[in-house]
Amino acid sequence: MVADSASPETCRPRTPTTTEGAAARAAALADVALADVALADVALADVVVLSPPGLAALANALIGDGYRLVGPTVRSEAVVLEELESADELPWGWDVDADAGRYRLRRRADRAVFAHAVGPQPWKRFLLPPASLLWRARRGESGFSVDPPEDPLPRYALFGVRSCDLAAIAVQDRVLATSAHPDSGYRGRRARSFVVAADCATPAGTCFCSSLGCGPAAAGGYDVALTEVVTGEEHLFLARAGSAAGDAVLPRLPSRPATPHDLDAARAVVGEAAQRMGRRLDPDGLPELLAAHREDPHWNEVAQRCLSCGNCTLVCPTCFCTTVVDATDVTGTVAERRRHWDSCFDLDFSYLHAGSVRASTSARYRHWISHKLGTWPEQFGTAGCVGCGRCITWCPVGIDITAEIAALRGGVPEGGGL
Amino acid sequence: MTAVTESAAADLVGSADSGTDPMVPHRYRVVRRRLETRDTVTQLLEPLDEPIPAFAPGQFAMLYAFGVGEVPISMSGDPSRVELLQHTLRNVGAVTGALCAARPGAVIGVRGPFGTSWDLNSAYGHDLVFIAGGIGLAPLRSALLQALSQRERYRRLVLLLGVRNPDELMFRKDLRSWKGLFDVDVEITVDRGAPGWRGQVGVVTTLLPQAPFDPDNAVAFVCGPEVMLRFTALGLSQRGVPAQRIRLSTERNMKCGVGLCGHCQLGPVLVCRDGPVFSYDRLAPLLHVREL
Ligand SMILES: Cc1cc2nc3c(=O)[nH]c(=O)nc-3n(C[C@H](O)[C@H](O)[C@H](O)COP(=O)(O)OP(=O)(O)OC[C@H]3O[C@@H](n4cnc5c(N)ncnc54)[C@H](O)[C@@H]3O)c2cc1C
Ligand code: SF4
Ligand code: SF4
Ligand code: FES
Repeated sequence: MVADSASPETCRPRTPTTTEGAAARAAALADVALADVALADVALADVVVLSPPGLAALANALIGDGYRLVGPTVRSEAVVLEELESADELPWGWDVDADAGRYRLRRRADRAVFAHAVGPQPWKRFLLPPASLLWRARRGESGFSVDPPEDPLPRYALFGVRSCDLAAIAVQDRVLATSAHPDSGYRGRRARSFVVAADCATPAGTCFCSSLGCGPAAAGGYDVALTEVVTGEEHLFLARAGSAAGDAVLPRLPSRPATPHDLDAARAVVGEAAQRMGRRLDPDGLPELLAAHREDPHWNEVAQRCLSCGNCTLVCPTCFCTTVVDATDVTGTVAERRRHWDSCFDLDFSYLHAGSVRASTSARYRHWISHKLGTWPEQFGTAGCVGCGRCITWCPVGIDITAEIAALRGGVPEGGGL
Repeated sequence: MTAVTESAAADLVGSADSGTDPMVPHRYRVVRRRLETRDTVTQLLEPLDEPIPAFAPGQFAMLYAFGVGEVPISMSGDPSRVELLQHTLRNVGAVTGALCAARPGAVIGVRGPFGTSWDLNSAYGHDLVFIAGGIGLAPLRSALLQALSQRERYRRLVLLLGVRNPDELMFRKDLRSWKGLFDVDVEITVDRGAPGWRGQVGVVTTLLPQAPFDPDNAVAFVCGPEVMLRFTALGLSQRGVPAQRIRLSTERNMKCGVGLCGHCQLGPVLVCRDGPVFSYDRLAPLLHVREL
């Protein structure tokens, strides 16, 4: 590996603190404040200013470099992530009205392109595809032979990644790419990827990244980060590089140097965004809280509402669970192993010969929320939730992870220490 | 295309394509197959490709039947025999059925070895108590063979085995030979007796109160269905064996075996990575929670 100027720091979601009390809460708040002013570290000389055509030039440069450009675009009344041919397809002039179980696109008065928070799809769609071929085996002389997939792994440029999603990618890196047995498909796609981050200016009603120290400004793990500033007739993007690859691409774009006024405007954008989060989640002591409530009757109450549909796991950018399916062709000579996303809400997920371990919806919801907020740190050394709010927005019955935690906290007897 | 310039991602996860793919099986040929019971077979395997690394008793492998699927199965052989792998499996469904049917000459896939071991070395100088329910004897056989090959390291060796009925006794030849050893105690019980059965009748925990070991100086190794684990751990605790010296091998659905698929979670642990063998002090708060 070549040593270079790329920052190895990523906006890793802060592991929920396991210490109790006021000191921990104060530390948590201090961290939030740090994330809010992430742009405070940015020096004027490291920033260039792009106009909307400059942004289009960035997209074209990446396509020209052989990347498949993927980014947000409007389709069937939502902002989805798709392969794009140019920056024209980005959601210029849209934002969203999101709440528990609700998502509506809204036309804006301006042409802001990154004002839509996050849509239903997480970027894992590209790095850990919903379905992929792991290998193919062929019957032959010595039983069978196994061949890896022939298709070369794609090189994606992820365009417009929010800080919550950057943090989520860092979580999946930890689980899938830097573990003892890294997943070769994920690691290959990820290592080839180029990341254009976009600081968040307009959080949605279901966002709570700043509670978890995951936003709204991108703090690392990107090649290029953009802060969009739209004021009156001004529409510009402050661009900063986060790696050697980012450093190499910025000078190829039409740009002008940043002024102190530009930088102040960008800082104001992320600073205000941090104040406008639609929701909050107190991360203090979550592993202990959830472990102490394994037998709580609250789970039965949630199960009255939860449909066990698994939407929350599909839209979650950190959920990584997969299953494999083995099959043969009609002649029985070629066998394949395919992998696809799985959900812990699926009854078969925990199947053992005697039946499913988590047969009830209450056990499945408890498992899901406990994994996100309780057991993930112990399993992987990071938090499992980055506060993107997708599970709240896309739950058909509006179950809200922040509200369920608040309900559990409310149920703790006085002096419980949680 | 521009020159290769280090991206943020490559810096974070390393450059692409290094290392082996943990999901690709190694091919092994079945060289021997022995019917243990009506539905259980032991198979010996020799490698066709690069062999998998040496295993420690208690670890498992993912075994693949061509086109049918892959399941976790414990190693049941002698860990010092590196050239041949051995496992014992019961036909309970599609994959185990296809694997059981593999006769000498057939080729199956093997990934592993994965997970934690019984860690016999840390039990040096203790009584070793092996407690098995049914097919749970398979991974314990491997540990018992290792203990017997280093007999002087341990004090008493005790095997307590429970099976549903006398027809389900497996490893009969081993059991006979272990029973013949003056320094090994073997106790067998069946849930339901049968004509001709003159041994004990009752679940395996009924053997615990009388079993010849010193609770202050024993390490217990337990493998069987989850209810059996619960009751056996309680029984051992009642005899005074401390939780840190009770080791239990747990089961969960497994799709990858290497910490990537999320299926094997038991609360905060991944059974494939942090287990399957855990000490009871780690497991107690989890094992007694319903549907965890
Ligand atoms: C660590 C470990 C070691 C094991 N060692 C042995 C052994 O030495 N010998 C032996 O006979 N069995 C062993 N088992 C159990 C064995 O894996 C199951 O019997 C087998 O998975 C059943 O698969 P099937 O397709 O034949 O059955 P089905 O009932 O058709 O199962 C369908 C699928 O569910 C999953 N599944 C079902 N039961 C289990 C189970 N008990 N554990 C994990 N996944 C399951 C599998 O993915 C399986 O393919 C072990 C299990 C674990 C977790
Ligand atoms: S649990 Fe919900 S809020 Fe947290 S990362 Fe997943 S989808 Fe986003
Ligand atoms: S919490 Fe909501 S989205 Fe998740 S499974 Fe239940 S009903 Fe579906
Ligand atoms: S079996 Fe896949 S994570 Fe354990």
